[in-house]
Amino acid sequence: MKSLSKVIITSNAEITESAFILTFPRTFEFVPGQVIGIALDPAEKPRLYSIASGNREDAVRILYTVKPEGKLTPGLARLQAGDTIYITEPFGGFVCDEKPAVWVATGTGIAPFASMFYSGLGQNKILIQGNRFASGLYFREDFQHAMGSRYVPSCTREEIDGVYFGRVLKYLAEKQSIDPNLKYYLCGSAEMVVDVRDLLIERGVPFENVVAEIFF
Amino acid sequence: MIQEKRDVLFGKTLAQLEEIVSGLDLPKFTATQLADWLYKKDITVIDQMSNLSKTARKKLAENFDLGLSDPIKVQTSVDGTKKYLFRARNGKLIESAYMPERNRHTLCVSSQVGCKMGCLFCFTAKQGFQGNLSAGEILNQIRSLPERHLLTNIVYMGMGEPFDNMEGVMQSLEILTADYGFAMSPRRITVSTIGIIPAMKVFLEQSPCHLAVSLHSPFEEERRRLMPIEHVYSLKDVLQAIREFPLGKQRRISFEYIVFKDLNHSPRHVRELARILNGIRCRINLLRFHPVPGTPLAAPDDQTLEEFKAALEKKGIVTTIRKSRGQDIYAACGLLSTKEQQAK
Repeated sequence: MKSLSKVIITSNAEITESAFILTFPRTFEFVPGQVIGIALDPAEKPRLYSIASGNREDAVRILYTVKPEGKLTPGLARLQAGDTIYITEPFGGFVCDEKPAVWVATGTGIAPFASMFYSGLGQNKILIQGNRFASGLYFREDFQHAMGSRYVPSCTREEIDGVYFGRVLKYLAEKQSIDPNLKYYLCGSAEMVVDVRDLLIERGVPFENVVAEIFF
Repeated sequence: MIQEKRDVLFGKTLAQLEEIVSGLDLPKFTATQLADWLYKKDITVIDQMSNLSKTARKKLAENFDLGLSDPIKVQTSVDGTKKYLFRARNGKLIESAYMPERNRHTLCVSSQVGCKMGCLFCFTAKQGFQGNLSAGEILNQIRSLPERHLLTNIVYMGMGEPFDNMEGVMQSLEILTADYGFAMSPRRITVSTIGIIPAMKVFLEQSPCHLAVSLHSPFEEERRRLMPIEHVYSLKDVLQAIREFPLGKQRRISFEYIVFKDLNHSPRHVRELARILNGIRCRINLLRFHPVPGTPLAAPDDQTLEEFKAALEKKGIVTTIRKSRGQDIYAACGLLSTKEQQAK
């Protein structure tokens, strides 16, 4: 694994019942979409998280949800400003350019797209964001404000005005036309990524235009 | 009322068994006896452990299940390959493929229920991820196989990414190779990965078993389209990690390479493979792609495979073509269990 460096966190805010945003000063360059490894102890194996902040911001934000059986997140959730964590340098190739594209995310899979968005790459993108509840549509207000109708929030367990009711897969399946020339960036659970990728390919999108990121 | 599942004995290391017997106030040597019954003998219930005292058997039975479960379904191919379905403790289905040949009887075991890796060509990916298998669930595929006494080789190439379940996989490897366990030679065991580097390094340091790496394309962009893991752990870094590790003479590194029609078998691929594998003592196993439903990829013909093999060998790369097995019984990884789950 890449070498670890120590950082002092500036905040660790609980934004919904189990989701947190961890913030610390940015001391490195990165490409939006990249990940860093995080550990509470330098002897531990770091876990990977996508950076959720822009690449010109002073602070780095990491979005995470607490998994009660997880090795890292219960400990992460107990951290407070002033506490120390250990991070790797950023790495990874889930990056996109300024060309028009469609971003599809569920859950914390929104993090790399949030980074791209806050880095100024959201201008000609369509963002389809899904979660079970609206509270899990992280950064929704910012997306809505800046992207307008190019932002499609969706929920599977809550019916809310302005939010599509159903899975992102269903939203795409109901679309009359899908542009095969666009690139489709997918990030979320393996099931969503595979289902959406299959649908896009079935609807005529060449598989080289489907770029998938996975969680593990 | 939902009854909580009890812990199981099968799949525990000797150290864990020692902890268990200590916790039950049993003599320390009971752990060695237990390991012997679990991994060297064909018992089906705790009460058959006849050299344990009645008290010991009673205490064990009160607190633990044995943890063995028979396959719930088997399909047999015309070529002798058998695909077994087992039920994991979470109720989901996993599969193992038994492939008999004249002098070699190989079992391909699963390490997870479903998979998180999302490879474009793999049917297991379509199940999503439904859980890690414990060491006991991995080993049960071997222990409860009707042909277990014939097995010569074990490959971790079934459902799931083994290095995404290091705890279960490493523990099962210990029990497979330890004298107290199945006492198999590590040279008969191969673990396959798509290249999760930190876990691969731990495996190389701690296990003497063979390593197989799924390669499928030497070009970063092309591999990324087939295997999303390339975004996080690039092949270049995987090869660097392998280069940095002293492999010794006995250990073998192989690269699995599924050949797709008109995609990854050009002279350009041959040249690049020769370049990136230079200096690594290895071989390439070519596998013909077997189309899974909904895939945009197609299978190559025999001649393409042979020509690709010859071109690689001309570059000095030891290359084999793996015989396709069990095509008539959904032997491709994940097909049978997905169909069974969907049928429910």
